[in-house]
Amino acid sequence: MPTLPEAFADLEPFADWILPSEYDRYEKRVSSTQDELQAFYDAAFPRLQESTDYLKSVSMDGISEEDQNLLWLFCSLVTVSFPVEVWRQPRVPESGASTFDVYVEPRP
Amino acid sequence: MAHFPKPAEGSWTEHFGLATADSSYEDSINPEYYDAEREAIFKRTWLNVGRVEQLPRKGTYFTKELDAAYTSVIVVKGMDDTVRAFHNICRHRGNKLVWQDFPGEETAGACRQFTCKYHGWRYDLEGALTFVQQRDEFFDLDMSEYGLVPVRCEVWEGFIFVNFDPDAPALDEYLGKYGEGLKGYPFGEMTQVHKYRAEIGANWKLFIDAFMEFYHAPVLHAKQAVDEESRKLQEHGFEALHYGVDGPHAVITSWGGMAPPKDERMVKPIERVLRSGLFGPWDTPDVPGLADEDLPPAINESGHRAWGVDSFLFFPNFMILTWRPGWVLTYHYWPTSYNTHVFEGACYFVPPKNAFERLSQELAVVTFKEYALQDGNTLEATQRMIQSRAVENFPLCDQEVIIRHLHTTVKNYVDDHRDGASETPVRVSAAS
Repeated sequence: MPTLPEAFADLEPFADWILPSEYDRYEKRVSSTQDELQAFYDAAFPRLQESTDYLKSVSMDGISEEDQNLLWLFCSLVTVSFPVEVWRQPRVPESGASTFDVYVEPRP
Repeated sequence: MAHFPKPAEGSWTEHFGLATADSSYEDSINPEYYDAEREAIFKRTWLNVGRVEQLPRKGTYFTKELDAAYTSVIVVKGMDDTVRAFHNICRHRGNKLVWQDFPGEETAGACRQFTCKYHGWRYDLEGALTFVQQRDEFFDLDMSEYGLVPVRCEVWEGFIFVNFDPDAPALDEYLGKYGEGLKGYPFGEMTQVHKYRAEIGANWKLFIDAFMEFYHAPVLHAKQAVDEESRKLQEHGFEALHYGVDGPHAVITSWGGMAPPKDERMVKPIERVLRSGLFGPWDTPDVPGLADEDLPPAINESGHRAWGVDSFLFFPNFMILTWRPGWVLTYHYWPTSYNTHVFEGACYFVPPKNAFERLSQELAVVTFKEYALQDGNTLEATQRMIQSRAVENFPLCDQEVIIRHLHTTVKNYVDDHRDGASETPVRVSAAS
């Protein structure tokens, strides 16, 4: 199981959101229930809010594995923020079965 | 009520000499018309197929499927560091030369030479035929006559273009005022790239139509914003700051008050924390060329202080969006039939220095994705119904002026080609 920096150990129960590709983060969102998205958001959003200084101190050059995991977890938070903050449903309204898939993305 | 001034003629549409009568979409629902577009447009205009950063070293290459021009091309950096393009076809029996597993899919990589999977013929990076399996079995085979077939290939500001017409003007000339006026923008600093792709069940022009007007934005995308802001946006509607036309190309300059917003309650909680959203990260990266006073003249050409984004359409199917906070979005629309196309959207940022900046960029990228999902799905709904021909003429407002310009430009190309001659372009000779 991937690990997070020690100060973020409280987010370990959500380690299944540590996903390096936006493709997988989006797939997990649309296959989750609204309650599951809300639970993850409620745990992770306050931690993002109070960690912006820390994140600014984490250089992308030579980023550690733990910080990279934290970055992927917060990327997943970004992905789930829309349904939680606005739509109250996992997919954006009026998008039906349409797809728009990533094929080139930075790692990290 | 107009919030922003219009030209002396009273409307942008009349200013550009375009008709104000209802428009037909017959050009988007007729398979024969699409065939005419392939000949008149996609085999004759400059098509952007990628950027130079995709070819970092000698021998790096990528392929591009160009259904609309009936071909696939290989784009490769040669031993002399020159970028060249070739039709992706082996001169022996016509097999596709470069592909992986699936003949219809694009690929990329690095090599010293290209080897055909079928009978092992080999070509160097400059296109010359260098090896023929059992050469003695052939009849007077002069290998210098069987190089890869070159395609015209030119580079503008790091963007690689191809053109199948030997008589077409040079790329710089073709791109005109906006090509010249964007020179010097720091595209080359924006090497952090996220690319997305979708198969869209609509004619290629319909998606350009959607992205060359923002009249739809406060309505179709209403649910993307917080409630109060959404109501305000719908009350105001949309007005561009400026429209520009140069030959077949066009630009819309639009308002950008959300990066950063005047009042943070206008945006979602995640946007407040990460200082980012649809308009991109709010803080301009520290690279030369992005300060307002350093921007090249095509950016915000009307000099409006509320400037937020320019949407340039380089005819036929390439759009560049330059956002005030200092990032770039590109769109490509690759037709695959009269009522389908592949849409590509790519976000280009200055590489993030820290994890916070990386997250700000991620928020901009996935916000764009959510908007594009709504746009793409709506286009299928449009295509289905215009194909019914139950209604054949549609009114377009002044904020949809570039739609008129695009469809008129397409019609001019198709008519000129029909009138001029029916011959296909002169075949270029083999590489020497």
